[in-house]
Amino acid sequence: MAELCKLTHYVESFVDVSRTPSQQATSLETITSLVKNNVLTIETLVREMGMYLTITDNIIRGRGILLLGELLACLASKPLDSATIHSLIAFFTERLADWKALRGALVGCLALMRRKTNVGSISQNDAKSVAQSYFQNLQVQSLGQHDRKLSFELLACLLEHYPDAVVSLGDDLVYGICEAIDGEKDPHCLLLTFRIVELVAKLFPDPTGALASSSSDLFEFLGCYFPIHFTHGKEEDIDVRRNDLSHALMRAFSSTPLFEPFAIPLLLEKLSSSLPLAKIDSLKYLSDCTVKYGADRMKKHSEAIWSSVKEIIFTSIGQPNLSINTESLNSPSFQENEMTTEALRLLQKMVVASNGLFLTLIINDEDVKDIFNILNIYTCYKDFPLQSRQRLNAVGHILYTSASASVASCDHVFESYFHRLLDFMGISVDQYHNDKISPIRNLNFGALYLCIEVIAACRNLIVSSDENTCSVKEKSYSMLQIFSCSVVQLLSSTFSGIVKRDLHDAEFYCAVKGLLNLSTFPVGSSPVSRVIFEDILLEFMSFITVNFKFGSLWNHALKALQHIGSFVDKYPGSVESQSYMHIVVEKIALMFSPHDEVLPLMLKLEMAVDIGRTGRSYMLKIVGGIEETIFYNLSEVYVYGNSKSVEIVLSLLDCYSTKILPWFDEAGDFEEVILRFALNIWDQIEKCSTFSTSMDKCIQVLLDATMMALKLSVRSCSKESQNIIVQKAFNVLLTSSFSPLKVTLSNTIPVQMEGLQFLQQKDNPTSRDEWILSLFASVTIALRPQVHVPDVRLIIRLLMLSTTRGCVPAAQALGSMINKLSVKSDKVEVSSYVSLEEAIDIIFKTEFRCLHNESTGDGSEMFLTDLCSSIEKSSLLQVHAVVGLSWIGKGLLLCGHDKVRDITMVFLQLLVSKSRTDASPLQQFKLEKDNETSLDFAVMKGAAEAFHILMSDSEACLNRKFHAIVRPLYKQRFFSTMMPIFQTLVSKSDTSLSRYMLYQAYAHVISDTPLTAILSDAKKFIPMLLDGLLTLSVNGINKDVVYSLLLVLSGILMDKNGQEAVTENAHKIVDCLAGLTDFSHMMLVRETAIQCLVAVSELPHARIYPMRRQVLHVISKALDDPKRSVRQEAVRCRQAWASIASRSLHF
Amino acid sequence: MVSGLINANPVVYQKKERRARNTPCDSDEYAVESIDQLEIFDILSLFLDIKDPEHPYSLEELKVITEDAVEVDDGLSYVRVTFTPTVEHCSMATIIGLCLRVKLMRSLPSRYKVDIRVAPGSHATEAAVNKQLNDKERVAAALENPNLLDMVDECLAPSYS
Repeated sequence: MAELCKLTHYVESFVDVSRTPSQQATSLETITSLVKNNVLTIETLVREMGMYLTITDNIIRGRGILLLGELLACLASKPLDSATIHSLIAFFTERLADWKALRGALVGCLALMRRKTNVGSISQNDAKSVAQSYFQNLQVQSLGQHDRKLSFELLACLLEHYPDAVVSLGDDLVYGICEAIDGEKDPHCLLLTFRIVELVAKLFPDPTGALASSSSDLFEFLGCYFPIHFTHGKEEDIDVRRNDLSHALMRAFSSTPLFEPFAIPLLLEKLSSSLPLAKIDSLKYLSDCTVKYGADRMKKHSEAIWSSVKEIIFTSIGQPNLSINTESLNSPSFQENEMTTEALRLLQKMVVASNGLFLTLIINDEDVKDIFNILNIYTCYKDFPLQSRQRLNAVGHILYTSASASVASCDHVFESYFHRLLDFMGISVDQYHNDKISPIRNLNFGALYLCIEVIAACRNLIVSSDENTCSVKEKSYSMLQIFSCSVVQLLSSTFSGIVKRDLHDAEFYCAVKGLLNLSTFPVGSSPVSRVIFEDILLEFMSFITVNFKFGSLWNHALKALQHIGSFVDKYPGSVESQSYMHIVVEKIALMFSPHDEVLPLMLKLEMAVDIGRTGRSYMLKIVGGIEETIFYNLSEVYVYGNSKSVEIVLSLLDCYSTKILPWFDEAGDFEEVILRFALNIWDQIEKCSTFSTSMDKCIQVLLDATMMALKLSVRSCSKESQNIIVQKAFNVLLTSSFSPLKVTLSNTIPVQMEGLQFLQQKDNPTSRDEWILSLFASVTIALRPQVHVPDVRLIIRLLMLSTTRGCVPAAQALGSMINKLSVKSDKVEVSSYVSLEEAIDIIFKTEFRCLHNESTGDGSEMFLTDLCSSIEKSSLLQVHAVVGLSWIGKGLLLCGHDKVRDITMVFLQLLVSKSRTDASPLQQFKLEKDNETSLDFAVMKGAAEAFHILMSDSEACLNRKFHAIVRPLYKQRFFSTMMPIFQTLVSKSDTSLSRYMLYQAYAHVISDTPLTAILSDAKKFIPMLLDGLLTLSVNGINKDVVYSLLLVLSGILMDKNGQEAVTENAHKIVDCLAGLTDFSHMMLVRETAIQCLVAVSELPHARIYPMRRQVLHVISKALDDPKRSVRQEAVRCRQAWASIASRSLHF
Repeated sequence: MVSGLINANPVVYQKKERRARNTPCDSDEYAVESIDQLEIFDILSLFLDIKDPEHPYSLEELKVITEDAVEVDDGLSYVRVTFTPTVEHCSMATIIGLCLRVKLMRSLPSRYKVDIRVAPGSHATEAAVNKQLNDKERVAAALENPNLLDMVDECLAPSYS
């Protein structure tokens, strides 16, 4: 009740125009909820509001009625009894006369009339009285925009929901509407207006009814809007576009055949206007009207329409476009401009609607007939003048469109043209039973072109019709059937013609299109017999396998074959698909055999992949062929070290990994094939017991390619298949000398402390064992986390041993294993199961026995981490251990394990403590250049590189592709832990070398961190970033690092959030950038530095003004840079800075 | 100043198809790309559309400068630009020449000597214009004049965006 007391207060606050809109909205909401929850009945409310609804003050009365109206709009789903509704609608109906407070009455009427019947709606009588009051009282065009819109909505609602009530108004209704819509200009209202006309036209379909007499008046109002001329800019009325309006008007135009005498002449007149938009609109409207008005009414306009359409097509069309585009199978009509497309659409609509009459018009047209004269004059495409080409294309399109309109029209076109065209092409109509046709000397291009268009139309018709069988009996079809053999022979003859260079590309394109169309009729209703179909395929194959030198033509033929393939693949088991498999696919699969050397391998692969993509069974066959070749050649390599085979295998493997595997992933369900491939690789290497020793350098490349293919294959497999593969791999591993059984039964791993001399020695993985190990590593890298590796403990030790021997894949495999172990912690304990902690224990607690001297056989024992930081004597071993440790660290970092901290500490120690010789970096690098075996340096470099490995996204392993566990934001986390450490270390570092190295590591970390993380605290990082740039840019050894660091700086400069930090350090930044503008080792660094200087010039004037002399001095030097792009940037930069400088500095 | 336009209806030419610079993509980091004819022309026209002071057309469209009218010798640090005013009595010739000179001075290394000339026979007071354009003192004096400098800056303005 308390709520009720406040009612007056709420009403008051809504009615008061001085309140803010939000207050008014709140009070409306409150009242609505009161009524909804039945605290308040509508009756009480109305009684309470009585004074507001009847007061003589226009404004208050208006607000009061509006409140009631809007309340009803909010209560659309609340059931109301009919008495309430009746009295309310009666009230609003009466209020329509109150033009000073109209808004509320309109809203209220609309709300009541939109109610659904199940919650109580107004009666027909009430609706009728609303309509009467509407037409009596409302002067719609004198109202404001919003009220007009409401009025139109009300009218549309009346017409839509209460047609019976308003129909009885008869003429009054139509006149009322005419009056209401006269002169409307607002786009929103216009949309409604057009809809109203459409609705009213539907209400009076009777040609003698109320609308008949006034249709000319109504159309007069409508017609002046055509064509829609839309002057509104983009900023206003974004919700109404010209297209919407045009479409609504079109529907109004075509809403009743009664408009025909007015609409068609108007449209025809606009068709000849010079405005392209008006032309396109007219064509669209005519198409729509043709469908809606019916044939009888359109008949008398046929001739006028035909002559206009003809003119448009003849003038707007371009030259024939002969290449196959992707949708050519569905619609051989080519990419055209909108006008041509619309004209052709109208043509088709007319042909369909007019029952042959329109087609007769086309066929008897002089301009169309004239084309045969052109055919008589020119035979070769090259001879055609431009105008004739256009004409030919136009006629081709017209024939295509009209033939594909309906079965009857197709027959008609075939009867009128097909024989004549065949005649032109030299196929005699009388002797079709003769299978041989005389070889043509001069192919008539025009006839060929038209003939193909007609055939394409016939095909299109059959493809699009659902009941294929019925069209079999059609005349066009049987004509095509009779002549298909001769046509195919004729078309095929162009292939030899092109080889002999008798013919030109255009003829070839045309013939290919014809063959493509003939061979892609739906199976079961194809006019070509199986023999002819096979002939076509054979022709294509023989062209493709021999004439690869014809570049684009070759591609064209291949594309056509591809189309045929994907088409017949839709009919599995059909004769056609069998023929295709037999003639095309099997032949291609066989092409990879070593004896077939006609085509270059790259083309073969391109062809194989293109054809294979058309269907699963085809791909399977082709992959079979490729695999066979891979394994044949691999064994050649293994046994004889055949270098030619290496090349072949390389390109095959590359194709397998980059093209076929992605397709498998996309198509899905190819696991068996992938599994077979992976197992075959293992079989192959298992069988081959002796490795050829004569393998040369490129063997490493081959191993990499094999590993990549294996990795990608394993990655795509499911858990079960991966288990099979890993078991197989393990078994093969047992046969090698690396066999875990043989190597490490003890807990210590013996390693050699090798000296300097080994660093330069490139290790070629020539031995079979190393191949096996690398391949095993790549399998491990790609495993899913759920897959168990057999005998994990031994495998880990084995991989560690190989890691210390410099096998990077082994290190990556270790990292991947550790990374994926982390999710298994909640598994049931099995004897072979190893937890992450245990694995880490194994890795870090396994002792290496360092054999300083082979003869003595004893040595100190140490852990992996000690091995890295052993300071007694640097060795190659140490370098390898650092690399290994960094991959292990990466694995741990990705899954967010704490141990990674210890590992980074090892690296940092190396960076700091190693500098026993305190040489300046410059000298140090000089030394390094002379004597590349400086292991000290190599170890430090390795430690710095380790941070790159940790932070960067690797393609080879430990990414999502290879199922690695990646914790979100791990980079940001690592970055924020490392930054303070780097800062303290750098400030403490006492030698320039270790400082240099620390900066290098720092650069790796910061440049791989997402920019947003850096920006949030840019102020803190900039000074060190600049120091880093200065330190690293003293020489060109790390120019890539310098560049990536500079990119970080430029990222901060360009970002709005970094501006503040930049402004504070502006002086230092300019100093640093100025130094980098003559960084002679890398052009990109200079260019970026200058771009950064341009960005600096946007900073607050007072801050940068003191720097202008310095910058201009530096830039004037950069104007003489050896590289052009740097000079261009310098010119821009100079201008940017000169404009903030005083006049005297302009030069 | 003359009231009204000097050449009210200039002939506008189609911009010539720019010949592509054949840059080897994997070029040597330390290789020197010397300043050549095309680069100077680019400075003057391509990404630096100097506007005709009188018309909204660029000088390239009016064929006031062409690529062939640029002579450059990077070794000798010498560049000579010969331009053709649209009409013989064009009083804007000196302004155009001044713009060209300023543009080049701002864009070329300081070692360059810039020589700006009116094409022989294309201007009524050819000798006088040439003398004015290549007199260091007079150019410097012209640029001391704030009005003139503003005008030059306006002509060159869009070229830096």
